[in-house]
Amino acid sequence: MKKIVNELNLKKDNGGIIVNIPEKLFYTSEHEWIKVEGEQGRIGITDYAQHHLGDIVFAELPELDETFAMSESLGVVESVKAVSSIFCPVGGTVIEVNEALESAPELINEDPYENWIAIIKITDSSELDKLMSAEAYAAYCQTLED
Amino acid sequence: MSLKRTPLYPMHLKYNGKIIDFGGWELPVQYEGMGIIKEHCMVREKAGLFDVSHMGEVFVTGEKAEEYLQNLVCNDVNTVQDGQVLYSPMCYPSGGVVDDLLVYRYNKQKYLVVVNASNVDKDFAWMNEHLIAGVAVENVSDNYAQLALQGPQAQAILQKVSDTDLGSIKFFWFNPEVKIAGVDSIVSRTGYTGEDGFEIYIGPAQAIQVWEAILQAGGDLVSPIGLGARDSLRFEAKLPLYGQEIDQDITPLEAGLGFFVKLNADDFIGKSALVKQKEAGLARKLVEFSMIGKGIPRSHYEVRKDGVPIGHVTTGLHSPTFKKPIGLALINIENTEPGTEIDIIIRDKPIQAVVGQGIFYRKKTKSK
Repeated sequence: MKKIVNELNLKKDNGGIIVNIPEKLFYTSEHEWIKVEGEQGRIGITDYAQHHLGDIVFAELPELDETFAMSESLGVVESVKAVSSIFCPVGGTVIEVNEALESAPELINEDPYENWIAIIKITDSSELDKLMSAEAYAAYCQTLED
Repeated sequence: MSLKRTPLYPMHLKYNGKIIDFGGWELPVQYEGMGIIKEHCMVREKAGLFDVSHMGEVFVTGEKAEEYLQNLVCNDVNTVQDGQVLYSPMCYPSGGVVDDLLVYRYNKQKYLVVVNASNVDKDFAWMNEHLIAGVAVENVSDNYAQLALQGPQAQAILQKVSDTDLGSIKFFWFNPEVKIAGVDSIVSRTGYTGEDGFEIYIGPAQAIQVWEAILQAGGDLVSPIGLGARDSLRFEAKLPLYGQEIDQDITPLEAGLGFFVKLNADDFIGKSALVKQKEAGLARKLVEFSMIGKGIPRSHYEVRKDGVPIGHVTTGLHSPTFKKPIGLALINIENTEPGTEIDIIIRDKPIQAVVGQGIFYRKKTKSK
């Protein structure tokens, strides 16, 4: 089946889909990423996710001050055909949401790492240990395509 | 059970289709580098080429073929002329729908019936069950590949690869002896997008040759289009999809297809139930709606009025043409007046919507 090509590791595209998986982020098996910034975490969906969803036409964002447990649904993205929940990579309280996505959800397709969903204050940073590194996530995506 | 592939499967790989399991068929939902919205707009603005080889084809022949079909389907087969195509629901005695189909009349003793892919076996069994002396039905689905070329540029593109004057094929007529790129084809001016265009039936072995010739002739004016845009295009044009707007529990009258049900013509299966339903008045019907609150309506979402369930969404999506969510819902007749506010239940929350009329895409098909 299709070969996942991590853009950072492998520039050459040999018939695979090119998926950008930046280093230094943590990843979930549900295709969210989290970037740790001190006690805060910036959350979004991965390039693999946006690629598979297709044209995103709607984003339902969490409310400020809402608290979510690890893996709890904090929002929804919808493409023309699919509805997909966004799961909180680690537990936390929402301190900022990317309101630009409400009027322009397609930004996620354009750059899913620049166009984050929310910033949370992380409840328990030890939960980060349960997430995948870029390398592990790239390998995981490959298993989904095999 | 292994998935089935159409003769054009190699083309879907070649053009980087994203292959999905569509009712047992491996078909592209969209193509890499395009995506549903771009593909949708391509068909509205220029032209798109679809592989619809999964559709079923059944020949109905014999001296009683006309009489047989007249009894089988709701529309008036007797009024169809040689070379004309008829759209019709085919109903159960209950008035619920077995399938919706196209009937191509060669002559009074030979018809080609085109049915939905997911219903081929069921339809063929149904047709056999109601067979009468003097009629033969033959499932020839495997003998045909089917392409649809749709969009305002469809005729100009197809004309480049055909010597037949395609302008001579009027809307809902066909020509069974057309050569497309040198290949014997049945060509009808029909489609499922709300645009002008053609459906082309060819032998499986020649499918790739015809597909490539059309893409080459069209150049930048045509793209391969996947099933995702096929659904969004048909939906915007308010064309029904079996399993959503119509099914065994929804009658054509409820689905707003009364025009295709000839209650004054000869008897047909389901007629007495439909006459009764019409006389009693519909208890529910299909309506258009647009969203007031934020959210995208989807098939099977519940519809409520003042907290009380009144029906469900049959199809809803973010319309690529209107750039906003619109939907079709089957709801209690009391709430079907345009302007009525209703709630669509999206993830357990009521989101406000309003019943509309004429908010869908105005079809660009050629009525003459």
